[in-house]
Amino acid sequence: MHGLINRAIQAFFITTYGAERWVRVTEAADLAFSDFEAMLIYDTDDSARLLDAMAVELDRPLAEVLEDIGTFLVSNPQVESLRRLLRFGGVTYVEFLHSLDDLPDRARLAVSDLELPRLELREHTKGLFSLVCHPGLPGFGSVMVGLLRAMADDYGALVMLDRKSGGDGQDVIWISLVESTFAEGRSFDLGARAG
Amino acid sequence: MERDELTGILQVLCPMHVMLDGSGHIRAVGSTLQKLRPETPMVGARFLELFEMTRPRSVTDMAGLRAASQTRLRLQFRDNPRTTLKGVVVPLPGSDGAIVNLSFGISVLDAVRDYALTSADFSATDLTIELLYLVEAKSAAMEASRQLNLRLQGAKIAAEEQAYTDTLTGLKNRRAMDHILDRLTAADPPFALMHLDLDFFKAVNDSMGHAAGDHVLQQAARIMVEETRQQDMVARVGGDEFVLVLMGLSDGRKLARIAHRLIERLEEPMPFDGQTCRISASIGTVISSAHDRCSAGDLLHKADVALYASKRAGRGCHTFYSPDLGDMVEDATSESRADIDEGRTLYGGTAA
Repeated sequence: MHGLINRAIQAFFITTYGAERWVRVTEAADLAFSDFEAMLIYDTDDSARLLDAMAVELDRPLAEVLEDIGTFLVSNPQVESLRRLLRFGGVTYVEFLHSLDDLPDRARLAVSDLELPRLELREHTKGLFSLVCHPGLPGFGSVMVGLLRAMADDYGALVMLDRKSGGDGQDVIWISLVESTFAEGRSFDLGARAG
Repeated sequence: MERDELTGILQVLCPMHVMLDGSGHIRAVGSTLQKLRPETPMVGARFLELFEMTRPRSVTDMAGLRAASQTRLRLQFRDNPRTTLKGVVVPLPGSDGAIVNLSFGISVLDAVRDYALTSADFSATDLTIELLYLVEAKSAAMEASRQLNLRLQGAKIAAEEQAYTDTLTGLKNRRAMDHILDRLTAADPPFALMHLDLDFFKAVNDSMGHAAGDHVLQQAARIMVEETRQQDMVARVGGDEFVLVLMGLSDGRKLARIAHRLIERLEEPMPFDGQTCRISASIGTVISSAHDRCSAGDLLHKADVALYASKRAGRGCHTFYSPDLGDMVEDATSESRADIDEGRTLYGGTAA
């Protein structure tokens, strides 16, 4: 799995639970190291064992931990650049949702060997969307739930999210937009450029 | 089509356009272009008084501008910030006016910041937002790569540092000494090279064991580091052989003082594990100065000759190299160094 993803998991865990527990998790996952490099590729099995070890260490369902990772990716200042890149998707939350169809392509434009599963947004009635997360990255659907929730906060929108596991590793996230301008949201300045 | 209708269409498709009349005055302006100069209403102003045409430079009036319809225009604001713009002009059919559409070109990154532009300032098909996304994404990726490079560089330096370091004593090793000597002899500042050999080390090692031997080497290394300055180099080049390079020193008296001080301190009893280790040291010194240039190999050889003279003089001595010493070595070729190492005299006269 791409180092960027592993590195994000590491940043999330250390920030939330501390370096000591992180080292314990990497040991439990039988990794020979405890620091991921963002620009290297790692064995997918390593990442799977790592996530399982995290769930055991925290004594929480893995899906919940993954949702927290999604939230962290948008709301933590350490990964501000990612939040900015996502905000380039649109001026409103609905525009942002529609930009998710392009997310894997956008990711590949930034880092050519970063492969994300295909995403497919459908609008059913006004304010009711479904996002199909195609298989390819186990747990990606749960991460997306956390990410969508945090991005809603970022745009100041009020949403309800519900993830249903479809067959063959495919997740469907139902998004109902209760209010698109519920709160102020965070500002997004095109020219600011995250450090 | 009415002019108002056309302007309405242009507002959506080209938010950075201007519509000019026959005299070159602006009749309509796109909202984004106007946003660049909020204090100066552009409608009614002369286009070429607001903008300086930098390509083609020959354009100074409306006729010239209309004639430039086949070329890519390059222009900039006459006042600050003098943002550079790209443009294209289309003569308005059925009149002597024209439409000029502008864009930021490569200056867009600064422009977005300077003018606090938002997505709404660009037409829906404009690729600027994607461009900004790409710049930011690439910068973030580049930064991640740079961080990796920095860490790798750090690891490389650490690895090299280790490869230049004698792990037992922490001193430089022979490899490091070779590098430093090559550099010094090429650059040629005055410096002195001391070849130091511990006396009776073999006896300590044999009678008291390797642990005691290692302890003695570490203590000896510490003493040599303490008796030299930060800029000097101390290297362990063999089992009990050391080379010291003293930068900028060519004064014989100073060097002799340093050498005697080294011998004196190395002769102090070193307690180890309830026992006492006693060693001494022999030193040969050669000075490299501007009028006496030598290769690194020559210097080491001369220091070795001087060291040999110290050993012959009965150990615990310091000798400066002089050409006469060379003959003594030639005379003594039959007498192996190992024999001399077995000698019993601890303290002989010091030659300086």
